[in-house]
Amino acid sequence: MMTPKKVVMDAAEIDRSLTRIAYEILEKNKGVEDLVLVGIRTGGVFLAERLRRKILDIEGAEVPCGILDITLYRDDLLLANKKPKIKKTDIPFSLDKKKVILVDDVLFTGRTIRAAMDALIDFGRPRSIQLAVLIDRGHRELPIRADFVGENLPSLLWEDISVNLIEKNGCDEVVIEDSGH
Amino acid sequence: MHLPPGLCSRGFAMKWERKDILGMKDLSVEEIHMILDTAESFLEVSARDIKKVPTLRGKTIINFFVEASTRTRTSFEIAGKRLSADTINISASASSLVKGETLADTARNLEAMNPDVIVIRHSCAGAPHMLAGLVRQSIINAGDGAHEHPSQALLDMMTIRNRKGGLSGLNVTIVGDIAHSRVARSNIYGLNKMGVCVTVAGPATMIPRDIQQLGVKVCFSLEEAILDADVIMMLRIQTEREQQNIFPSLREYSTFYCLNRENIKKAKKDVLVMHPGPVNRGVEISPEIADGVHSVILEQVTNGVAVRMALLYLLTGASS
Repeated sequence: MMTPKKVVMDAAEIDRSLTRIAYEILEKNKGVEDLVLVGIRTGGVFLAERLRRKILDIEGAEVPCGILDITLYRDDLLLANKKPKIKKTDIPFSLDKKKVILVDDVLFTGRTIRAAMDALIDFGRPRSIQLAVLIDRGHRELPIRADFVGENLPSLLWEDISVNLIEKNGCDEVVIEDSGH
Repeated sequence: MHLPPGLCSRGFAMKWERKDILGMKDLSVEEIHMILDTAESFLEVSARDIKKVPTLRGKTIINFFVEASTRTRTSFEIAGKRLSADTINISASASSLVKGETLADTARNLEAMNPDVIVIRHSCAGAPHMLAGLVRQSIINAGDGAHEHPSQALLDMMTIRNRKGGLSGLNVTIVGDIAHSRVARSNIYGLNKMGVCVTVAGPATMIPRDIQQLGVKVCFSLEEAILDADVIMMLRIQTEREQQNIFPSLREYSTFYCLNRENIKKAKKDVLVMHPGPVNRGVEISPEIADGVHSVILEQVTNGVAVRMALLYLLTGASS
């Protein structure tokens, strides 16, 4: 039985969540010193860029923003017959002694974040890695949690949660739907 | 097969079904695009401080080179190591082939040790194809006789695509001993598929009869052949063939077919000069051209590692 799509967050709610996360990042880190943002492809990239702009508005300071492709670090690469497409990682600054805010759209099993942390550590030795996500949907398979969460969204395992963003889908909304297993 | 959750949601998954890379003749346009796009992303890994990703951890790659090679073997070895695979090199002189073991037996023995990919170079055309039918592992042809050298053609195409922004509609001229060149053959097959117009040039003794059937233009004058070229690919003159009477002397060859400061003036201002190496300076290409502004020879070598990483990545995975 397919249930219709349900919009669980609209554009204004997404924006308010990101604004709050930006304030929380600044509060926890006492400003922008040594702060860098790294977005995980694809959704996290746009969210990291939005957080960069919000931090610029609030604090009047630029925070470097990079892009991380975690494909090469995945633990399921050799399980499937299909090959995920590899895209570039682009972190044009050093991560040594930096406070890295890792940004993703949905936190689910935690496996993506595990891969992302391994990848980040190959680029240097950050002072700390903090995790910011728009949605935490539960179902963790690894001991990982987020430091900054837009919305906790308890979900069923077979539901699909998509974060649509203007930059990639033309509108801002979070949608939940039954994938029909 | 049920895909792990991450695979459905994160990034577009592509289908790769080919077990072996034997030649450009068999590859489809889609497969070529997929290899080149993947290679593009691997370029970045080689530019990092820590040039290693864990992608092929626990995989074993055997480089089985029955014919001399430094560039290609090193390139495959580095590609495997940057992906965290274990790479093992076997050369002809150090293998049981010298004790009289047949190629098929050697291959079956290698198979019994359970590697994941066997990269083979052999002086006999078709050797990789024979192995591909014999063993269950993936075979990559790293050059078989005068037949094919697909990873070289792919890195050449990657270099052209990066520099020219695409392949379709370009004019590529290949100059040298076309008859004995696996690089030329693989490039002709590959470039033709991608919509490139290929011209071959060289003395008549080095141009196979009926080569036009492969869809190329033939030209016996270097000046004429490079006139409209966007890319000039110079082939190595195999000096060991001087005895075979296909050209009178190296000096005579270079008088007519050496790319130099003078004749390159006839070519387009933004022409790319390529060479698969090793370069015979002063024979097929003059030093000031090999090191000059048009030359992308070392870029080819850099791209070679990325292309080979892409091939290893695409070929290793779940066995069906």
